[in-house]
Amino acid sequence: MSQTNALFTYTLRLADDLLILSHRLGEWCGHGPVLEEDIALTNRALDHIGEARNLLTYAGELEGKGRTEDDLAFLRPERQFLNTKLVEQPNGDYAHTIVRSFLFDAYHLPLAEALLKSSDAQLAAIAGKAVKEAQYHLRHSSDWLIRFGDGTEESHQRAQAALDNLWTFTGDLFTQDEVHQAMVKAGVAPDLAKIKAAFDATVDTVLSEATLNRPTDGFMASGGRQGKHGEQLGFILAEMQYLQRAYPGATW
Amino acid sequence: MTDVKNLEDLFQAKIDAEQKIEPKDWMPEKYRKNLIRQISQHAHSEVVGMLPEGNWIGRAPSLRRKAILLAKVQDEAGHGLYLYSAAETLGTSREQTIDDLLSGKAKYSSIFNYPTLSWADIGAVGWLVDGAAIMNQVMLCRTSYGPYARAMVRICKEESFHQRQGYEIMAVLAQGTPEQKEMAQDALNRWWWPSLMMFGPTDANSPHSAESMKWKIKRQSNDELRQTFIDRTVQQAEVIGLSIPDPDLKWNEATQHYDWGAIDWAEFNNVVAGNGPCNKERLTARNKAHDEGAWVREAALAHAAKKAKKKQAA
Amino acid sequence: MSNNPNNWPLWEIFIQSKRGLEHKHVGSLHAADPQMAIENARDVYTRRQEGQSIWVVPAEAISASQPDDAAMLFDPADDKTYRHPTFYTMPEGAKYI
Repeated sequence: MSQTNALFTYTLRLADDLLILSHRLGEWCGHGPVLEEDIALTNRALDHIGEARNLLTYAGELEGKGRTEDDLAFLRPERQFLNTKLVEQPNGDYAHTIVRSFLFDAYHLPLAEALLKSSDAQLAAIAGKAVKEAQYHLRHSSDWLIRFGDGTEESHQRAQAALDNLWTFTGDLFTQDEVHQAMVKAGVAPDLAKIKAAFDATVDTVLSEATLNRPTDGFMASGGRQGKHGEQLGFILAEMQYLQRAYPGATW
Repeated sequence: MTDVKNLEDLFQAKIDAEQKIEPKDWMPEKYRKNLIRQISQHAHSEVVGMLPEGNWIGRAPSLRRKAILLAKVQDEAGHGLYLYSAAETLGTSREQTIDDLLSGKAKYSSIFNYPTLSWADIGAVGWLVDGAAIMNQVMLCRTSYGPYARAMVRICKEESFHQRQGYEIMAVLAQGTPEQKEMAQDALNRWWWPSLMMFGPTDANSPHSAESMKWKIKRQSNDELRQTFIDRTVQQAEVIGLSIPDPDLKWNEATQHYDWGAIDWAEFNNVVAGNGPCNKERLTARNKAHDEGAWVREAALAHAAKKAKKKQAA
Repeated sequence: MSNNPNNWPLWEIFIQSKRGLEHKHVGSLHAADPQMAIENARDVYTRRQEGQSIWVVPAEAISASQPDDAAMLFDPADDKTYRHPTFYTMPEGAKYI
């Protein structure tokens, strides 16, 4: 794999996490547990979609075949999506939604911070904007996780169940394959072991304040980065890509 | 009862002098009730209105459209929130107001009981429904009750992009493929008459209107606003090459307004009575969100109490 | 106003739009605790770059003057025009005053 190909793949991986997560968060719009939180969650979805658009546009440029952000979002099949399995998980109850975002945020913030120093100027520039957003996201999801963990008995149980269910999908976040190693070598991407250390520290601090137990690492899911997803992603894409697929070539 | 009479005279004098009424001012009980009814209906309309548009967030055809639609539906949540807050200044809690919506006791704008069947409906809703709503809202920026007027000023500022994004969607579709143009015309056909109904019954049949005008809660009549909306919208439809589904529509040189056909008030009354295409779905969705959010709201309160206790002990 | 302990309390929100300006009342919202009130205020009231600092105050902590007292409280200032610089006649030709 050439350096450009690896960079294209790496950029898509970054983009797809945000694109799919923003889609999931968008499903809450109009259905949130309280009006204020409905608005907060949509703000997150908008931050994610904004970063995804920047990354997809850049990926299109890297590829050099004239594909736009929309071509990449709406016309790739399931096997070409490179997001982690974590972000495609269904919303579930609000505890699942918060835990999914918390686990992602705890990874996304140190990643964005590291990408500030990327040898790739464009990725560094995109990270510059993302860092501030990611700081806020992590605070928002941590606050809620602490409220649930140290709230009522019911909320505690729901939060613990969500953690136990979703923990396996954090495996995907830290898998370093050939593509990633090439990116580390080129100074584009950080070593994921470093990101994992920051992730662990955040998770431990927040879970301890939330009086929740950190699940033990059992079988850890992987494959998302290679386009091997769960069954949910196909339905997300069926919905998301419907108009572009039904009316090929139309402008919207 | 000369005291109350005097108070009422003073109150009316304030209104006539274009002074705003503020929460702690004396006000006739009927003014308060009328306002609570109107503001909470308005708030419910914003919140229920999120549902038909939210229906297409997942299927928005481009990332730009998706971001715009998310931001727009989010604004509606904000507007609901501003209005619930305005209602709270009149001594009714948000909880109570929302309970009335969930139980079906309170009304909201009937337009949101129609389904959004195609992407063009998102264009039509922004262009026509928000367009009609803005007519009302601009008027309400000058309404006599201070907190309501302030909420409306904020809302109008934010709404200004809503109608434009809808019209833009329609314009792009109307210039698109034959299928897209058909989609746009079909949406206009379905949303036109319900949009006209949004202004409410004719002035002759509007039960709350006279009093609302006297108290300057409303400042223009339903029929006046409806006519202005028609005059403006017909021109906009022409520009993008869509036709208004009204065979009786005709420019009247003498009045300098459009003449137009008859509204099917039986349909309107039927939808208000709960028999619209989506009345049940809308209330079910709101109830589901409320019920499933109960443990979330409780947890936050429980945690806040624990934290406050810890702080006190420290 | 309902004081139902099962409801999130009401907060009044004040936003400073620019450094150097005052915090201005913009509206209210519900939140379980002060931190949440600030975060909600950020999401509800500053989506269009309206602010750079937020104050939140529990609505029940605010005391307000009564409208009936307005005449007594505020009218006495009406006839004290000597508090305003325009009250004074300056000799023609005097500068920087």
